[in-house]
Amino acid sequence: MTAAILPLELRAMGYAVGAAALLSDITLTIPAGRRLMVMGANGAGKSLFLRLCHGLIDPTSGQRIWADGSARPAAQAMVFQRPVLLRRSVVANLDYPLALTGMAAQERRFMIARTLDRFGLKDMADRPARLLSGGQQQRLALARAWAMRPQVLFLDEPTSALDPSATRIIEKMVAQFSEDGITIVMTTHNLGQARRLAQDVAFLHSGRLIERARAADFFVEPQTAQARAFLAGDLIW
Amino acid sequence: MDGPFATAFSLIASGDAALMQIIGLSLRVTLSAVLLACLIGLPLGAALALARFPGRGAVIVMFNALMGLPPVVAGLVVYLALSRSGPLGSLALLFTPTAMIIAQTLLILPIVVSLTRSVVEDLWAEYREQLLSLGAGRLRAVPTLLWDGRVSLLTGVLAGFGRASAEVGAVLIVGGNIAGHTRTMTTAITLETNRGNLGLAVALGIILLTLTLTLNAAAWGAGEWAKRRLG
Repeated sequence: MTAAILPLELRAMGYAVGAAALLSDITLTIPAGRRLMVMGANGAGKSLFLRLCHGLIDPTSGQRIWADGSARPAAQAMVFQRPVLLRRSVVANLDYPLALTGMAAQERRFMIARTLDRFGLKDMADRPARLLSGGQQQRLALARAWAMRPQVLFLDEPTSALDPSATRIIEKMVAQFSEDGITIVMTTHNLGQARRLAQDVAFLHSGRLIERARAADFFVEPQTAQARAFLAGDLIW
Repeated sequence: MDGPFATAFSLIASGDAALMQIIGLSLRVTLSAVLLACLIGLPLGAALALARFPGRGAVIVMFNALMGLPPVVAGLVVYLALSRSGPLGSLALLFTPTAMIIAQTLLILPIVVSLTRSVVEDLWAEYREQLLSLGAGRLRAVPTLLWDGRVSLLTGVLAGFGRASAEVGAVLIVGGNIAGHTRTMTTAITLETNRGNLGLAVALGIILLTLTLTLNAAAWGAGEWAKRRLG
């Protein structure tokens, strides 16, 4: 077992392109074992926040500190809004990240079999991943992330392109990940989904973290005017 | 029935030894050149797609421009390099099939490099974040992108094959069109036409066209199959 990489500590983390600050002064600790929903309006910086945490880009100011002291621990995974599957079979897609870690072939086969089983992908094991439906593709993306045995999983609006039934399946899987002890950090602008999945909420507004609360408190009694307006928008629609 | 076409068909039908020898050599030279150009050009094109360095634009423009390199110029360059007083003269490669392979590799390489660069660059834009997320750095991404771009890349390789099998200038200059040794389909057509020996020239022309047609049909079929099968 590798060392615990969480909590992830963000100290005054910011990201700027030229003079434009897209995210500023984010100070936040992400503890192990919880489901954090990152919320906010379009353009608030939610996706950027996830990418910075996941290490796809580096902050231009402040610090991102993992508990194991490494710059970018391997025990993390991310599921994108539109997953990129390789132009190969389902099995080959699952095998790819495992092979990258240098896992032995036999262990990989075992892990893949377990993953196929758990995510109900057995009968499509040899199908080309790109020909699966949108919901199936996202399920495979989640399965691929799970096979990597992450301690933390980042999800960037994983269901925004899916129909309600596929959305439910994905939500159920996210909940199961969480039960396995995997920390979840997820963005969504589906308020119903946020209510169903959140334990903690981080609310971003114009590139700043303006509210951080337990989900139970946030949805009942948001502390900032912006969060109140955001939640009220849901009721008006 | 007489005339060049009749002669051509009887030559092909009888499996004329001289004809077969010419076809064999042409295929050997061109396929070797395609293989070499791929071995160098695929990784080079992919590297060019992913790397960022000063002068990258100039390199890309140069390879694009070299796609139009006249075969005779490529032949001349290789001739100068391999001729007795040239830098590689001691290898005594001039007027051998090896020299022809080198010249054709030079001709095909820019096509393979430029097409690979463009295919891989587009794929990288799509795959970049996902591959980084899965733990693949830029270097490790190269074989992944080449493999996932395999269908598009096949078109480039085929274009290279087409160019090499159709050209006369380079193989004529560095090969010398020596009967039984360095005579290819295209150089033989040139010579036999000049000699008025149209039967053999037409036979070679028919085979050359058939070959190109077959290869293109195969590549198109493979592409269609891949679209349905791989998405």
